[in-house]
Amino acid sequence: MTAVEERTGTPGPDKEIGKARRRKEDARLITGRTTWTDNMVLPGMLHLAVVRSPVAHARITNVDVTAAREAPGVVAVFTGRDLADEQGSLPCAWPVTPDMVNPGHPSIAVDQVNHVGEAVAVIVARSKAAAQDAVELADIDYEPLPVVLDMEQAVAEGADLVHDHLESNTSYHFVFDAGETGTGGDTEQAFSGADVVVSRRFVQQRLIPAFMEPRSAVVQPQGDNYTLWSSTQIPHILRVMAAMVTGIPEHKLRVIAPDVGGGFGGKLQVNPEEILCLLIARRLGKPVKWTETRSESLMTAHHGRDQIQYVDVAADREGNILGLRVRLLADMGAYLRLITPGVPALGAFMYPGIYKFPAYRFECDGVFTNKVPTDAYRGAGRPEATFAIERIMDELAVELGMDPLELRRKNWIDAAEFPFTTVAGLAYDSGDYETATQQALELLGYDELREEQRRRRESNDPVQLGIGISTFTEMCGLAPSRVLGSLAFGAGGWESASIRMLPTGKVEVVTGSTPHGQGHETAWSQLVADSLGVPFEDVEVLHGDTAISSRGLDTYGSRSLVVGGSAVVKAADKVIAKARRIAAHLLEASEDDLEFSGGKFSVRGTPGTGLGIQEIALAIFAAHDYPEGIEPSIDAEATFDPENFSFPHGTHLCAMEVDTETGFVKIRKYASVDDVGTIVNPLIVEGQVHGGLAQGIAQALYEEAIYDDDGNLTTGTFVDYLVPAASDLPHFDTGNTVHAAPGNPIGAKGVGEAGCIASTPAVVNAALDAVRHLGVQDIRMPLTPERVWRAIHQGGDGGDRAPARSNAQAVDSSDAPSTSGGAL
Amino acid sequence: MTPITVRVDGATYADDVEPRTLLVHYLREQLGKVGTVVGCDTSNCGACTVHLDGEAVKSCTVLAVQADGCEVTTIEGVASGGDLHPVQKAFNEMHGLQCGYCTPGMIMASIDLLEDNPDPSDDEVREGIEGNLCRCTGYQNIVRAVRHAAAEMRGGADGHVVPAQVDTAAAPHVVGQA
Amino acid sequence: MIPAPFAYARPTTVDEALQAIADGGEDVKVLAGGQSLIPVMRLRLAAPETVVDLGKVEGLRGVRDDGDAIVIGAMTTHSDVLADPLIAEHAPLIAEATGTVADRQVRHRGTFGGALVHADPAGDLPAVALALDAEFVIVGPGGRRTVPASEFFLDYLTTAVGEGELLVEVRVPKLAGSWGMHYEKFNRVAQAWSIVAVAAVVRRENGRITEARVGLTNMGPTPLRARQVEEALAGAEATAEAVAAASERAADGTEPSSDLNAQADYRQHLARVLTRRAVSTAAGL
Repeated sequence: MTAVEERTGTPGPDKEIGKARRRKEDARLITGRTTWTDNMVLPGMLHLAVVRSPVAHARITNVDVTAAREAPGVVAVFTGRDLADEQGSLPCAWPVTPDMVNPGHPSIAVDQVNHVGEAVAVIVARSKAAAQDAVELADIDYEPLPVVLDMEQAVAEGADLVHDHLESNTSYHFVFDAGETGTGGDTEQAFSGADVVVSRRFVQQRLIPAFMEPRSAVVQPQGDNYTLWSSTQIPHILRVMAAMVTGIPEHKLRVIAPDVGGGFGGKLQVNPEEILCLLIARRLGKPVKWTETRSESLMTAHHGRDQIQYVDVAADREGNILGLRVRLLADMGAYLRLITPGVPALGAFMYPGIYKFPAYRFECDGVFTNKVPTDAYRGAGRPEATFAIERIMDELAVELGMDPLELRRKNWIDAAEFPFTTVAGLAYDSGDYETATQQALELLGYDELREEQRRRRESNDPVQLGIGISTFTEMCGLAPSRVLGSLAFGAGGWESASIRMLPTGKVEVVTGSTPHGQGHETAWSQLVADSLGVPFEDVEVLHGDTAISSRGLDTYGSRSLVVGGSAVVKAADKVIAKARRIAAHLLEASEDDLEFSGGKFSVRGTPGTGLGIQEIALAIFAAHDYPEGIEPSIDAEATFDPENFSFPHGTHLCAMEVDTETGFVKIRKYASVDDVGTIVNPLIVEGQVHGGLAQGIAQALYEEAIYDDDGNLTTGTFVDYLVPAASDLPHFDTGNTVHAAPGNPIGAKGVGEAGCIASTPAVVNAALDAVRHLGVQDIRMPLTPERVWRAIHQGGDGGDRAPARSNAQAVDSSDAPSTSGGAL
Repeated sequence: MTPITVRVDGATYADDVEPRTLLVHYLREQLGKVGTVVGCDTSNCGACTVHLDGEAVKSCTVLAVQADGCEVTTIEGVASGGDLHPVQKAFNEMHGLQCGYCTPGMIMASIDLLEDNPDPSDDEVREGIEGNLCRCTGYQNIVRAVRHAAAEMRGGADGHVVPAQVDTAAAPHVVGQA
Repeated sequence: MIPAPFAYARPTTVDEALQAIADGGEDVKVLAGGQSLIPVMRLRLAAPETVVDLGKVEGLRGVRDDGDAIVIGAMTTHSDVLADPLIAEHAPLIAEATGTVADRQVRHRGTFGGALVHADPAGDLPAVALALDAEFVIVGPGGRRTVPASEFFLDYLTTAVGEGELLVEVRVPKLAGSWGMHYEKFNRVAQAWSIVAVAAVVRRENGRITEARVGLTNMGPTPLRARQVEEALAGAEATAEAVAAASERAADGTEPSSDLNAQADYRQHLARVLTRRAVSTAAGL
């Protein structure tokens, strides 16, 4: 921590780091002066609408688009056959095992469809309305194939196959065994000698990222150059991948992510439609636009989670944990997208959580089903792992008759033990679980709520109260490139930044980390203002356009500040180093005698001398007087590649009321204390925690993507896929402890996913704590009132939800009289 | 095509529209009012909220022909002169937005709420904006923002809204920077 | 999504509206507030040939006192209902239930009559209209007729408003004596439709329940009256025990659907719990 003391030591009033700066981004967003991709209008622009498969698994026997081609306003119609020779395969960048089976992923189906919503034809028309009208005229014949939906059935002997040219529905079998890698003891031995073994099967339901801005792409061809605007988290990765897929040379392709309305991993993708836009713009030589509807988004944008977890924990009677065994079935969906197989593999390293397990074994099968592919969703592998470990610790506590917090305390890593190498081989950097827990208990008012819980139990109150605990950590700052290499990830994890000192003293910061709501423009300005000693207002942050920010690996995995921000700080250091030589020359002093503070170089021991870095920027622009042998520029560029992950941690507590008569659950109070390292902007940090909590709580209580027996997404609109509104969520009491991350110059650990990772098990544990005395051992997520009620009154985990007709589907004109009176 | 005349953000427009044109598409595509956005198909998300004759409506669930003869205010028309509306200011001040996609609708819904209830409680704000989905903020800072704006609109902040940690080094529960 | 093309008629009188419906072809949809119709058209689950917009038809909006009843115009918006003093005085149950419909924006556009004619089983107002013994005034080419609530809701999304007809107003009888009312709604998130809801209207005199009317939302393809509960309550003591016992009959004879939000047996259970709660509150217990 000494390495970062200078930067992060007690922030004074003149320091930008630590200040609750109001965001620079807001000015355009609160006035509607935004540049969403769908806002884009180009002369001659054509609109695409995608004809999508209504069946989950079928051979395409005939495609007749004659009528669609004849429809008014339609310029062209492309089928899979039309594009088969040039569409290549969408990339999967993470072959987690050497023998992983990747069936390939066409952007548009040619012979066979493998999930509902897969593209089978594309209409190109003068207007969006004309394109959508013509969709209904496409006539496609399907010969149905057996639909594979259930993972446990899909891996059984003799199961129907999603891809009949493959041998099975298993894409890969990934194993991490601490005994074999030398980071822990033998797991089987640990279990065979244990007093207590607790085994559970947890279901991580399928979720939908549900970013608010639907995806959109615009392509403008100019000669053999192409510009792709896309609502993406990853313009840089998209550029490389799209170039490889389409054959457009990388230097002829420019990708721009303008204002992007949220992503949460859902826009960490190379989408079929982005490729189709490029292919069709190339064919037609005209600009094209595709913007999805919400229904299309829910049905076809990648989903998240969808794992079945079989978890065993071994302990002695005193509550010392001895071993952990995890076996996963992870639903890939029908294809492997960008990092589909890597999500559960990334989680593999987080199952031991904050605990000192002596032995650990993890196995995962990636399983194909006839559903839309899964891929990154906020936390990506880590929420699943955290849920499993924090749930099973509660189960173990029950088995042992111990207080769940005491069990955790007994087994977690003590503050004095950092850095600590876990059984999964990760070197946890810094933290103090006890302090965070104490803070959280106070914030919640733990003792009073336990007392109230007791009273409600005794009086047999129909509304019972429970308290759930989640003491979590996660790996952030993705990622050390060498580690990614060892995990067979197809790219590095560095980030790039450059700083341009303009003649008037203003500063342009170019970052490769592309924001979509995180506030990079503000936070990066704070970093640079401190580093260079220039006013916050004098800094402009540029991003999201590969022609401006040519190098970058974008925003995901809570990496932006940790890796991208560090690159900015490193670039600033270089600017100062270059300016120091100019300053020495102009001040006629030795470089060694110069000190740099508050944006000024001055000669040590000579008050009144000084030259501001902004003045130097002008001087070097003029370049009339600078030292021999150096270039006349103080601009600089840096690439930061972290040597380790960073490990935010925290304690989350949820108090939950359960109406035992109806099964309705209501969060009474939620308190969390997170350690995300150095806080650059407390407003932004708090906002990230709040948003993460909302999504983690939503997994526990509300959200679930449900397919019916034919493979149709039943939760296909916001009527049925329940993204919570303000009135569905509680007030959050949040706090922080701060242990700077030693692995980066800022000391930041990452905050984007913390709330989402930590909260889900806290909520479920709370509900179970409220009704465990009624015999309930588990309730499947989301905790619908019906499931909670069934678990209380009928046992089990609440069971499946009936995937029958929903409200959104209920309103079908064919059922209604032809002249019904006024509609609602 | 049906002729309509609509006054939007202080200017009058006379156009022929297809009856099926949704108000939001008319605003975005024919008038260039792209500050108002579309987030869903089912009237759930509220991103498209505008004021129609002074009342908040979801412009994706109103036909442009239904707005004939009406006055429409969008997010682009709520600031008067160079001054932001107090609700706009409060969203910035209280960090009530992240990606900003829901923000225009959220602000328009909040202004509508404050016209009916100038001093809402936290719960009343939460209920008042239940027709608007935000995926980024968890809503807490939006609630703060609306109450902050309410206080300002009533005539100066009266102090019962605790502003989000103003210019402190970190949150109140920070235990010293290591 | 964009709705499929349709012909559009914007009548200004009820007669013109009836004519427009008659002239509209095979598949005519009447547009009131449009808050259910337009989303369904956007999803292209409905693609009417003609849409007849009642927005400019005079005389359909507002609430008036008609002696022994209040009369609510079909095009009265939910927001108007919430602000109306006559409804607050004589039928606060309507306002209470209306306050739970969707959200502010939808309530600004959605209409009282539209919600009733749409007759979504999960909609809140039909059960309320049943419990209040409302009467529906329908006009058509054959003239004007009044249909009692008990005969109005015929089937799933189907009412007594026939082809070529329009609902123009709803009469809600004023209740004499000491009545209490409550709407108990159960759903998962704020915006969601009712999983089950119960409208209770209870007359209480001298410690006894003299009359109770209980309307059930989403317990079948149409709203229902829980007649067995009503019978059990009539003349019963106004005690928690009596209400609880009577409420056990709430799901008798119902055949609710099973869907994403609830399976039938759970809905029946909810009906019993919510009836007890609704009646208790309405009876001031």
